[in-house]
Amino acid sequence: MSTNNNIAQARKLVEQLRIEAGIERIKVSKAAADLMSYCEQHARNDPLLVGVPTSENPFKDKKPCIIL
Amino acid sequence: MGEMEELRKEADNLKDQITEARKVVQDTTLQEAVAGTTLVGRVQLKTRKTLRGHLAKIYAMHWGTDTKLCVSASQDGKLIVWDTLTTNKVNAIPLKSSWVMTCAYAPSGNMVACGGLDNMCSIYNLKGKDGNVKVMRELAAHTGYLSCCRFLSDSEIITSSGDCTCILWDIETGTEKTIFAGHLGDCMSLAVSPDFKMFISGACDFTAKLWDIREATCRQTFSGHESDINAIGFFPNGNAVITGSDDATCKLYDLRADQELITYQDSGIMCGVTSLAPSLSGRLLLAGYDDFNVNIWDMLKAERVGVLAGHDNRVSCIGVSSDGMACCTGSWDSFLKIWN
Repeated sequence: MSTNNNIAQARKLVEQLRIEAGIERIKVSKAAADLMSYCEQHARNDPLLVGVPTSENPFKDKKPCIIL
Repeated sequence: MGEMEELRKEADNLKDQITEARKVVQDTTLQEAVAGTTLVGRVQLKTRKTLRGHLAKIYAMHWGTDTKLCVSASQDGKLIVWDTLTTNKVNAIPLKSSWVMTCAYAPSGNMVACGGLDNMCSIYNLKGKDGNVKVMRELAAHTGYLSCCRFLSDSEIITSSGDCTCILWDIETGTEKTIFAGHLGDCMSLAVSPDFKMFISGACDFTAKLWDIREATCRQTFSGHESDINAIGFFPNGNAVITGSDDATCKLYDLRADQELITYQDSGIMCGVTSLAPSLSGRLLLAGYDDFNVNIWDMLKAERVGVLAGHDNRVSCIGVSSDGMACCTGSWDSFLKIWN
């Protein structure tokens, strides 16, 4: 019967919401600080952020040498 | 009161509890916290390589872990493994079904996977003895299209489907280990946490869900989007999740604070987000849109700091290589481009 199905679904939803309601949460100030800190720590090693010098860029086409 | 009424009331109570609990820890906003941080300077990336070879729309791409190889999937019915440095095609794998929507590279580099409207995830062994690439397994159980797949290892893969579920498979036996049900709409995308213990899924019910792989449970659900979530990814330290939606915005959700921290939006952007990838440090968010562009966002300040314009059709997929050296975009214009 569809009523039993609906009740089963509703029970599952309540169970799931109980799990989600019960988790521990940290303060947004801490979460934000940790994100900022991670970005700062890894900034200098982020090639797309700081740029890649041509000589070290494996994707940059090297100009062929011409023997005159 | 009937049981249905009671359950409905309890569900509403719990939802209110969650909303309250999230407010309690909201002692500031990300915007306020980064007020003193300088905006990233303008980011200008150039196309370094164009990978030509597909004959139809490209729907997905995925970088290999250790190398400069990547795999792409197109509705021309082919999976192509590319050497992005030389632009050579290492493998061109013909597919049984050309309606492919996703592809993935195993961390080991030994296998690739793909799937789509055939509702199956096909695993290909790249390192077969005779050098031929053959189908190793066909994982069939989903009752809807395969939207995304990601390997945990050579023996396990997670798939997301239009049937609203995600499945963890045992590749060896070709069977389902765990079915992750809970979404109320098509699952469109998934991403695995850096420590491989969790994964997140984005769906057409406008929510993102965080799943514990071994416990087989949904830990958290994130709402806020006003339309389908098409793309999802982890912030590099695994503590936050980024989503991209048809509502033209991307959002950053923190897992430990259990809430949205910021939205990446601009009144000038009115089309859906198709794909996204963070840069190595997490400071940049690269997102592909339906208007053929990729917008680059300062992830902390939530301002646009760059644009990648180079495709002649929708950008359907994007990925940043594991060493952060380059970004690859795939498009409906049939080309892939490598940028840095």
